[in-house]
Amino acid sequence: MNLLLLIGLPVLTALAVLLSRNKQQVKWISLLGSLAQLGLAIALLFAFRQERAANNTAQMLFEQHYKLFAALNINFHIGVDGISVAMVLLTSFVVMAGVLVSWNIEKMTKEFYFLLILLALGAYGFFISLDLFILFFFLEISVIPKYLLIGIWGSGRKEYSANKLALMLMGGSALILVGILGLYFTAGHSFDLLSLSKTNIPGNIQHIIFPFLFIGFGVFTALFPFHTWVPDGHSSAPTAGSMFLAGISMKLGGYGCLRVATYLLPEGAKEYANIIIILSAIAILYGAFATMMQKDLKYINAYSSVSHVGFSLLGIGMLTQTAITGALLQMVSHGLMTALFFAVIGMIYDRTHTRMVAEMGGLMKVMPFISTVFFIVGLCSLGLPGLSGFVAEITVFMGSWQVDDTFHRIATIIAAMSIVVTAVYILRAIGQTVMGPVKNENFLQLKDATWNEKWAAIILVAGIVAIGVAPGWLNNLLRPAAQVIMDRISGK
Amino acid sequence: MPNATTIALIPLLPLAGFLLLGLFGQKLFKKSAGLIGTALLLAATILALYTAYEYFFVYGKVDGVYQKFVLLQLTWLEFYKGVSIDMGIIIDPISVMMLVVVTFISLMVHIYSLGYMKGEKRFSTYYSFLGLFTFSMLGLVLASNIFQMYIFWEGVGVSSFLLIGFYYDKPSAVAACKKAFIVTRFADLGFLIGILVLSYSAGTLDIGTLIQRLTSPESNVVKTATAYSFLGASALTWGAALVFIGGAGKSAMFPLHIWLPDAMEGPTPVSALIHAATMVVAGVYLVARLFPVFSITTPGVLEIVGWVGALSAILAAVIACTQTDIKRVLAYSTMSQIGFMMFALGVSKYGGEAGSGYTASMFHLFTHAMFKALLFLGAGAVIHYVHSNDIKDMGGLRKYLPITHITFLIACLAIAGIPPFAGFFSKEEILHAAYQNNMAVYWIALITSGLTAFYMFRLYFSIFWNKETPTFAKATAGKEGGFAMMLPLVLLGVGAAAAGFIPFGEFVSIDGKPLVSKINLVFSIAPVALGLTGIMAALWLYKKQNNRSARLAASLGGFYKAAYHKFYIDEIYLFITKKIIFNLIARPAAWFDRNVVDGLVNLTGTSIQAASEGIKKVQSGKVQQYAIYFLTGVIVLAALFIYIWK
Repeated sequence: MNLLLLIGLPVLTALAVLLSRNKQQVKWISLLGSLAQLGLAIALLFAFRQERAANNTAQMLFEQHYKLFAALNINFHIGVDGISVAMVLLTSFVVMAGVLVSWNIEKMTKEFYFLLILLALGAYGFFISLDLFILFFFLEISVIPKYLLIGIWGSGRKEYSANKLALMLMGGSALILVGILGLYFTAGHSFDLLSLSKTNIPGNIQHIIFPFLFIGFGVFTALFPFHTWVPDGHSSAPTAGSMFLAGISMKLGGYGCLRVATYLLPEGAKEYANIIIILSAIAILYGAFATMMQKDLKYINAYSSVSHVGFSLLGIGMLTQTAITGALLQMVSHGLMTALFFAVIGMIYDRTHTRMVAEMGGLMKVMPFISTVFFIVGLCSLGLPGLSGFVAEITVFMGSWQVDDTFHRIATIIAAMSIVVTAVYILRAIGQTVMGPVKNENFLQLKDATWNEKWAAIILVAGIVAIGVAPGWLNNLLRPAAQVIMDRISGK
Repeated sequence: MPNATTIALIPLLPLAGFLLLGLFGQKLFKKSAGLIGTALLLAATILALYTAYEYFFVYGKVDGVYQKFVLLQLTWLEFYKGVSIDMGIIIDPISVMMLVVVTFISLMVHIYSLGYMKGEKRFSTYYSFLGLFTFSMLGLVLASNIFQMYIFWEGVGVSSFLLIGFYYDKPSAVAACKKAFIVTRFADLGFLIGILVLSYSAGTLDIGTLIQRLTSPESNVVKTATAYSFLGASALTWGAALVFIGGAGKSAMFPLHIWLPDAMEGPTPVSALIHAATMVVAGVYLVARLFPVFSITTPGVLEIVGWVGALSAILAAVIACTQTDIKRVLAYSTMSQIGFMMFALGVSKYGGEAGSGYTASMFHLFTHAMFKALLFLGAGAVIHYVHSNDIKDMGGLRKYLPITHITFLIACLAIAGIPPFAGFFSKEEILHAAYQNNMAVYWIALITSGLTAFYMFRLYFSIFWNKETPTFAKATAGKEGGFAMMLPLVLLGVGAAAAGFIPFGEFVSIDGKPLVSKINLVFSIAPVALGLTGIMAALWLYKKQNNRSARLAASLGGFYKAAYHKFYIDEIYLFITKKIIFNLIARPAAWFDRNVVDGLVNLTGTSIQAASEGIKKVQSGKVQQYAIYFLTGVIVLAALFIYIWK
């Protein structure tokens, strides 16, 4: 399979959107483009499995290599392993749902969809890059659209939020850039991920570079205490913007923390693992407690994201193969789940024109479809078996428990305590919005989901259930790739 | 050998019902949903009975010992080498017994609901939830892997959440379902960590292997695990105790019982199914499933199990004596009876004659399912007729509800332990086991049986006798429920009357060898006499309208008031959650995040802005100023050159 298709298709879609004449054309082109991309991602999954089944044990499959700038050894090098395939798949699901949810955007439709597709392009490119230079390039491509999406189509304090988000992410990027350059100059003038992974970088240098890369990517994935762009950014962003932010952008960070920081600098990871564990354990429980007090649905999901993403970072910090697999499972699971959560919040807001939990009630009576989806996503968030969240969390716990000293044990228990707190805030949100008597008479006239909203929800629910009911396929995809990372950490 | 397909179908049929009715019910099967659900469950019940017959009479027994079979074991999620969640089926005496109990009671509830829930707008949703619950419970029963059990355990939790909150527009139902889920979730946290501890020590998640590795005291596994201690207890003790917390939560044991009385907000047939006969015994089943670990490796924890059970039994019985909501009385009586099962396990030992507590516990689980389901369904028929839950609104109903009256009486006699009804036999065995192992528990149990007879007959006389002219308007009252509602009552009535004659020890014992239970007439005198005394007291107080009960309550003063308010346990919880967790943890956390962490971010922003404001003034555009900067620079540099470098 030719991986260039994964980047080429969004570029073509974006161009077609620019050339289209009216809103209808824009929407249908975007829809077809994202549908084709979804098909492509699924095809990639099967092609990848086929190669692996045929005993192709290369670390990266479908590699392509082009020289971009020989003098500085910058190359266009792409390829995928199980992690990349899973992330590409996640992205295509979220993009598809995001395009569907935005169907009724009236203001500057063309520009809106163009930016969405640009953002997606950045994510696809990022996940398949094997050269740090182009990886950084794609990361930056995905930042600017977020600023515009919030600044133009947002609501509330949108300028403040857009500025905050863009500046914090830019700050993260600056750290990443320093880290990448540090790697380049200490490891034989190379940006190539695979060759860097075979280079022995001296321990003391790793100790210096690692924090730059990990914190840099950490800002993207809401590493505590660099997470404060999350609540503001989400609450001001338009629905699809929130979905992309939480479903895709935060995963860029998690992926970078693992693939770039931890994989290339294992000594650095070992040095700082305990700090990562402490920060993520704090984020998990503290984020969950902070969520309990939120009154706005978007803030609830934003803080809950801080808590859930903590599981990914905790898994990375534990440095065992199972925990890292769990971290990756959590990235995929959380991406789908949180995108769905924001989609549902958007649907509710479009109808009731409020996001305040206290002003709703009895929505199940008025819009059963949307309410049922809300139920499902809530149950996924609190880790109910049969949905993806459970699989991910349980894998992180099992992996964490393998490290048998009191420090890791206590961190795991603190993280596990969040399952109770999560249940409290999720049930509180569900109980006050979906259940209970209808508080506002005007709500009785509201309509249930339209066709595009239904499909957006169905796609994401299907993803959540596919992982939750039969996690084997995703686990088998991620585990060998996690093992490769583990091998470098344990120095094999 | 058992047939894996047949057995796998038992849980899968209700699952099919859930999916079918859940996805398409409202559109396609609005009327027929009940029949579809019931038909599927009937098929599952037949398969379960067939499996039980085959197991107990055909292939199960080899050389006089009932064997344990583990089937399927499909890998569902692998964690690391040797440790994975495998979906399997375990077939041994208790799982087969539970298959029969769960499918039979569920079938009764399905049939009953055809009448009781008729005309309900979300009829098909109701049946799909029932299917989900039955599926989860059967999966839990059959689980061969401890995480598989946890998965279905949570499934049971969520189905009970959905069913308690079925009337979702009633605020009290919403509060009740939230409470049930959160309290059991809190207990499940214990279960989860317990699994982590035990499975890490044993290096497996498979229940059979886990038990085998943890119960051989000479093995390295046990030695290393006992060597590691935390706060004075070994890892295994912690693991077993934490797992028990999970079981105590689901089985509504003190102090995690607070969700059970509120759970009565669900439709009454649901209370019969979930909160009486099946779900709440999950905790008992969990302890029974891991019984070898408890009894051989961590006897200390087993003793805690016994005491928690005994305490819950008597506490609930006392509270039940004071409640006036018919379903709440039954809820506390459930808690009390589950306490019996728990402490029966607690006083039991592993194997042979000393293991009689284990058999007695399972026996009581079996008989209790019959008569408690009957009591709840009977209560449903009464509520259906009177349109009230309060016993003050009832009285003299025996003339209007003859079938309900007779079956309810049978159930009351059974739970009170009057021979020859089912409860007598199982309770007798429990008392006997307690008598042999722990006298203190025995006395508690004896007093509790007296109280049980009293509060059950208080309920019985208040509903069916007492006021001769009912207070409710006759015009609004309908007939006694139709055939669909009466059939389950009669069938369960037969069960409650006769189930005690099953020679239970023949089939179920901890080591698979038959255990002959001997009913000792002399031993039975005390409990039966106490039971009769309880009934007499209730008769004297409640058969006719009088003020004796009020005077008695007044003479008990503060104690009565405390019992009536459920010993203020709810208030204590409310204080902890509202005052401490919300106000002292969550609120400060949210404030800290918005003001301190985010404040620092904004501070960075504003200080950079302020700095740039300051520097900006340098670029004024005035040539004279630039000339001064230039001159100053030259002078400073010249001075540096002259004085420092020379």
